[in-house]
Amino acid sequence: MEKFTEHTGRVAPLRRSDVDTDQIIPAEYLKRVSRTGFGDGLFAAWRSADPDFVLNRAQHAGATILVAGPDFGTGSSREHAVWALQDYGFRAVLSPRFGDIFRGNSLKAGLLTVIVPAATVEDLWARADRDPAGEVTVDLVAREVRYDGVTVAFELDDHTRWRLLNGFDDIGLTLRHSDAIARYEAARPGWLPRIPGPAPAARGA
Amino acid sequence: MSSTLAEKLWESHLVRREPGEPDLLYVDLHLVHEVTSPQAFDGLRLAGRRVRRPDLTLATEDHNVPTAGIDQPIADPVSAIQVETLRRNCAEFGVRLYPMGDREQGIVHVIGPQLGLTQPGMTIVCGDSHTSTHGALGALAFGIGTSEVEHVLASQTLPLRPLKTMAVTVTGQLPAGVTAKDVILALISRIGTGGGQGHTVEYRGPAVEAMSMEARMTVCNMSIEAGARAGMVAPDETTFGYLKGRPHAPSGAAWDEALAHWRTLRSDPDAVFDREVVLDAATLTPYVTWGTNPSQGGPLGGVVPDPASFADPGQRAAAEKALAYMGLAAGTRLRDIRVETVFLGSCTNGRLEDLRAAAAVIQGRRVADGVRMLVVPGSMRVKEQAELEGLHEVFTAAGAQWRSAGCSMCLGMNPDQLRPGERSASTSNRNFEGRQGRGGRTHLVSPPVAAATAVAGRLASPDDL
Repeated sequence: MEKFTEHTGRVAPLRRSDVDTDQIIPAEYLKRVSRTGFGDGLFAAWRSADPDFVLNRAQHAGATILVAGPDFGTGSSREHAVWALQDYGFRAVLSPRFGDIFRGNSLKAGLLTVIVPAATVEDLWARADRDPAGEVTVDLVAREVRYDGVTVAFELDDHTRWRLLNGFDDIGLTLRHSDAIARYEAARPGWLPRIPGPAPAARGA
Repeated sequence: MSSTLAEKLWESHLVRREPGEPDLLYVDLHLVHEVTSPQAFDGLRLAGRRVRRPDLTLATEDHNVPTAGIDQPIADPVSAIQVETLRRNCAEFGVRLYPMGDREQGIVHVIGPQLGLTQPGMTIVCGDSHTSTHGALGALAFGIGTSEVEHVLASQTLPLRPLKTMAVTVTGQLPAGVTAKDVILALISRIGTGGGQGHTVEYRGPAVEAMSMEARMTVCNMSIEAGARAGMVAPDETTFGYLKGRPHAPSGAAWDEALAHWRTLRSDPDAVFDREVVLDAATLTPYVTWGTNPSQGGPLGGVVPDPASFADPGQRAAAEKALAYMGLAAGTRLRDIRVETVFLGSCTNGRLEDLRAAAAVIQGRRVADGVRMLVVPGSMRVKEQAELEGLHEVFTAAGAQWRSAGCSMCLGMNPDQLRPGERSASTSNRNFEGRQGRGGRTHLVSPPVAAATAVAGRLASPDDL
């Protein structure tokens, strides 16, 4: 995972609430088997249908911080939504409320999702219209969003922050506790279902 | 200390708890499909890791698979590669797979309960948000992203922060013609798409207790549409009766042992939920959506609302955008909305009872001229049983198309899609813009309403016919 410490960039104001992950990346773009190349699918329907869509406006080209209305990332669990935002160039998304699964995915993949008050979103939307070149700093070390002398504190638990600051992989952290997992497994009731698998094919080359 | 069912399941799956860190929870069953798993298996390969518990992992092909001509290779080359990738990954890592054409293949959330793999008290995850379906049997079940899929494959655990708890009590009795789908659509309309955010919902009360297992699955399935990660119903005699004799359910002495445990799985009488919502079943009528998120719905007897009637500016703007996308004018009677396609299927309403309910309405009638109706069983077993009961003949005699199992037009990853501007009545779970095909317009409905709509050619309930 890419580390996140502090990022300064311009804002893309997405004046919508309830942006579901089907809008972030439609299902037709989910067929790739790699983790890359999803940027083309980002907001594909809105980008193609609406010349005035925020990502089609020249003054917001190169923006790296997406500021959206409440309930951003609801719906499908597709992590492709996070990959599409990252692939397109976004480093952080600000919204008053996120879909749970999307939020979890983003914080695993190194896209910082920041919960800010609705008033901050409104303020940043207005500012992006007024001054599209104006920059915003998202500081994970201090847990602050800063712009124009305004400082908005945000919450993120210490563990997730530590993981993002260091770019740590969750799996590596968990596998240090393999003994605890094995102990739990040994105590599981015998009636729980098990699925006989096919014989594994030979590994390696 | 008293606790809720969700809290009990959480505590009983705790592998490790340390202050300042997320809890590490054990996963009893991991369901896998072709769309959200390829990058996870790649991750394992890159790190030289294996699947820790292939015996707790089951894969199926559902999202991409065609529902017609399944004896032929998949025509879309990109879909074919994704399905082929799953087959290779399952073979390499020793995971059991039910491929297209297999008797056990079907939508992942239909086959889990059907096989008896979904049992009370279990933790179940899948790279799919509708994993909440399995909570109907009293499991803690929720959708995860691909990074988490890789984590579960590698460790059979997930690091998680506890979820808040919500009780949704449905009092009274559902009137005739009102289904589980109407209950959940009414709930989402009431609390909004973010109303359950951060929560596990426990559905309870007389109307829920009276529901069949399959109806409970419909309710739990759409918990995510209210923002809740998981939905559940405490197991009872209905649950045990459903499970008994299923292929993976315990038998003999193991059944008795399991049953004794399952009977303990209830929220304590004095357990405190973070939020409580009460719905009166007696006041509900068939519900349909008019907008582009599942909370934008209302009783079929109503009209398309005027965006100006929403006090909240965000909701007002969302309603304006929704009506523009849906091509609807405020004040239009919902019963006057004509549709071109009816989709009966999905993990929400693709089970046997759903097909029976729709068939009962459509029996002896005809799908209206100019309307196509797709009937897509949730699994090949559902298809098989429906055919034994002659339901396929009821549908085809009425002019509907009888298909094979898959996610199909719920999300249009296979060839079953709406054309731009085409309008559907759909028993699926999401009316998002473009969900059923770019430019497509979706009205979410129950199976009886879907069938009546197919006959009438416009949104209708069976009573209208």
